[in-house]
Amino acid sequence: MTAVVRALGRNRRATAGAVLLALLFALAFAGPAVSPWGWEDTDFTAFRRPPSADHWFGTTQSGRDVFALTLRGMQKSLVIGLLVAVLSTGLAALVGMVSGFVGGWTDRMLMWGVDLLLVLPAFLVVAVLSPLLRDGRPLVLVAVLSAFLWMVTARVVRAMTISLKEREYVLAARFTGASTPRVLARHILPHLASLLAVDASLNVSVAVIAESGLSYFGFGVRPPDTSLGTVIADGGSAATAYPWLAGFAAGLLVLIVLAVNLLGDGLRDALDPTSGRAR
Amino acid sequence: MNGREAGPGPFARTAPGTAPGPPPVLEITDLRVTYEPGVRAVRGLDFSVGPGEVLGVVGESGSGKSAAALAAVGLLPPGARAEGSVRLRGRELLGRPDAELSRVRGKDLAMVFQDPLSALTPVHTVGDQIAETIRVHAGATRAAARARAVELLDLVGIPDAARRARAYPHEFSGGMRQRVMIAMAIANDPVAIIADEPTTALDVTIQAQVLEVLRVAKETTGAAIVLIAHDLGVVAGFADRVMVMYAGRAVESGPVGEVYARPRMPYTIGLLKSLPRVAGPRVRPVPVEGAPPPATAPDDGCAFAPRCPIAEPRCRDAVPPPVPVGPGHLAACVRADATEGRAEIFPVPVPPPAPRRPPRDERPVVLEVDGLVRHHPIYGGTFLKRRAGTVRAVDGIAFDVREGETLGVVGESGCGKTTALMEILRLAAPQEGAVTVFGQDTAALTAARRKALRRDLQVVFQDPFASLDPRMRVASILAEPLAAHGVPRARRRERVRELLDLVGLDPVYAGRYPHGLSGGQRQRVGIARALALEPRLLLLDEPVAALDVSVQAGIMNLLADLQTRLGLAYLLVAHDLAVVRQVADRVAVMYQGRLVELGAADALYAAPAHPYTRALLDAVPSPDPARERRRRVPPLPGDPPDPAAPPEGCRFRPRCPRYAALDGDRRRLCETTDPEPHRPARDADRRVACHHPGER
Repeated sequence: MTAVVRALGRNRRATAGAVLLALLFALAFAGPAVSPWGWEDTDFTAFRRPPSADHWFGTTQSGRDVFALTLRGMQKSLVIGLLVAVLSTGLAALVGMVSGFVGGWTDRMLMWGVDLLLVLPAFLVVAVLSPLLRDGRPLVLVAVLSAFLWMVTARVVRAMTISLKEREYVLAARFTGASTPRVLARHILPHLASLLAVDASLNVSVAVIAESGLSYFGFGVRPPDTSLGTVIADGGSAATAYPWLAGFAAGLLVLIVLAVNLLGDGLRDALDPTSGRAR
Repeated sequence: MNGREAGPGPFARTAPGTAPGPPPVLEITDLRVTYEPGVRAVRGLDFSVGPGEVLGVVGESGSGKSAAALAAVGLLPPGARAEGSVRLRGRELLGRPDAELSRVRGKDLAMVFQDPLSALTPVHTVGDQIAETIRVHAGATRAAARARAVELLDLVGIPDAARRARAYPHEFSGGMRQRVMIAMAIANDPVAIIADEPTTALDVTIQAQVLEVLRVAKETTGAAIVLIAHDLGVVAGFADRVMVMYAGRAVESGPVGEVYARPRMPYTIGLLKSLPRVAGPRVRPVPVEGAPPPATAPDDGCAFAPRCPIAEPRCRDAVPPPVPVGPGHLAACVRADATEGRAEIFPVPVPPPAPRRPPRDERPVVLEVDGLVRHHPIYGGTFLKRRAGTVRAVDGIAFDVREGETLGVVGESGCGKTTALMEILRLAAPQEGAVTVFGQDTAALTAARRKALRRDLQVVFQDPFASLDPRMRVASILAEPLAAHGVPRARRRERVRELLDLVGLDPVYAGRYPHGLSGGQRQRVGIARALALEPRLLLLDEPVAALDVSVQAGIMNLLADLQTRLGLAYLLVAHDLAVVRQVADRVAVMYQGRLVELGAADALYAAPAHPYTRALLDAVPSPDPARERRRRVPPLPGDPPDPAAPPEGCRFRPRCPRYAALDGDRRRLCETTDPEPHRPARDADRRVACHHPGER
């Protein structure tokens, strides 16, 4: 494990990703302190103004400061996005690996569960569960979002596991008497790392966008509070005429995804000695 | 660029001592192939072949033999560059545009590839594919081309050619596909055929058949043939001249009889000495230590010098030019004088003294297999899955292995030998029959007992490239079985060092990844891993099949030494009777999921009782041109039958030469009853599953 951490430290892309992510967190949580405007404040002298010295990211049509709003949204979205990505990808890896490796009835039951969740309309389930979500506790939101993001990846992981488990080095490990968790952790998981890293970084953006969709329906983060997804959704419709409304938020979202992606790539390289040395 | 010899074609036919023959058909001069800057696969190659002549090109993986062949037919991958000269009947081919080359390729110059499945288009019938090559080059009418295709298929020995011409490639077996490839190659009466390892993927009995077809092809077309192979056995019986390649250059060439009888380049001597043999007395093969240099290595001296037992400082001064050492015989060695008349230049490894063991009957049985069955169901049907049939992979086999001995299980691909091995390794109840390991019935094992039993029973896999996790260092790979069985960390590190030492690897390899090791070194790591828990029984699944011949001998000797030192019992599964002979005390021969013969190795090799065993022994090519030339007929006709529908009675009957020679009454027994292994009258230790054993 320490070897992986050290390899990560040597990997330039991983380092860049980690630094970028740390900067984004710093911006989201320390940024409001330097902003002249609070996220709830309204400037009645400036409606839908482009960025200026006064309002760095401009203002909305109700006169709220886009910089303050975006940072407030980022606080929520960073936490939600990262947690959802880790949880859903982790669940996908766990279910997929166990299903593919153990096989038999375990496999069939797990895949029935996956198919069931895939065909259930997510929003319908969320609507049924809405009393639970009304108060907008972020952890419940994270759980719900994760629950609907892992199934497709789990199926891919399962398929890859089935082909990996016939590899001779996996057989060799099993024939030495290594336990199933040990084989999964040492021989299967490292080979799925690149897939999972890509999946996790995609899930960050999907979670941020999906959360805004939920708030639109009255769940999740609700007005007047805001999230990155909400800022993008609200400003997106007028993006051509007033690009500052959503542009900065979208740009930050891209940066978040990029940071996670670099970190994921770095993790993959750290786990794979055959991929080229850190560049 | 030092050491590059000047002048065209030192290896060409105009070598001193050769009678001036007809002008060469295919002439290659100073061919160089570069894949990317610095990766030089072929480094100045000269050869020529005359009409109707067969040149055997022999080299191990990475010697540049395939790159040279691809360059000659202009099929190098994009990015690769070929320099020098390739002349077909005096016309230069190199540097010509692809469209122009296409008119030559497949017409005057044909190629037969190693893998006939990927060389044939899966969506067209083989008849159409052959007809197409005729139509493209000769402009024949559709009907004429088709008729000619059927003729060609008949010529290469495809039974019922008219009907089989309408079949698709996947409906043919590997050997039959290679016949189709040869039919396609000779379709336009080429003047030269290049066959790139045409038999490497095939079983020995099929290999003999395909070589016979190539002989027929040569006799009908009179074409010059370049036959590329990775060991000296295959080409011995067919080639007129042989050329040995090493690290992108020809190191020795000459008439077959001359080169095999009086090899002069140490590498050729090593190749011949390391080749296991089935005929003659049982001798230890002599390994060539080390590995060939990478294609990126600079040209500083003789490429073989680091592995050569008689290398001198001057060997590293310049690349040695080929010098004549006999009639038409050239060797690129500055010490060719030192190799004259003495072939014992490689140190013969001394085996550790064999311990005194009690006779076989008194030693405990470590593994007993009785009536083991493994059937794979085949499912069919479009909507409902229904059981459509059964592949009888293993169909009731019985044998035992006693302490400290080796049982070799031999058979062609698909005979069920690896399936049987995997069934034993599972340590679970088989579908039918019983497996008893160290006195414990695997059907009655608890999970804890099974795990404990795994310490005593370990496995070495065939492909050392696939059996080591590419993401783990050698130390972690070796420590894994120890960790799985709760060995403390400090002891693990110590044991890793012991293991590396045991298999003859330097301790620095502990920190390497598998991709930094050569094939032989990887297999040593695989063996070390199997030994980590101090097992008493090792299952070896084709442990040398994926390795070069010169490296195989080293691994086989290591296995033999480990057995004497550690008192291990081996169950060795292999397709190669020659390899098995080196280490096996007893041999079991499998065919179509059944054991057809079992007995003490020496007796079985000396007097095989089952016709299949005899055929397998006869099919092993030996590096003895005179012996190979005497053998005109392939030992076994036909292909193994479909394992899902074995023939009634004896499964070997359709291919059996003995059955073919029997009269009606005695045939009936073969047709109706599947023979069970029984003890023949003369040999109490032998089991033979044949109604008419021992007759020739």
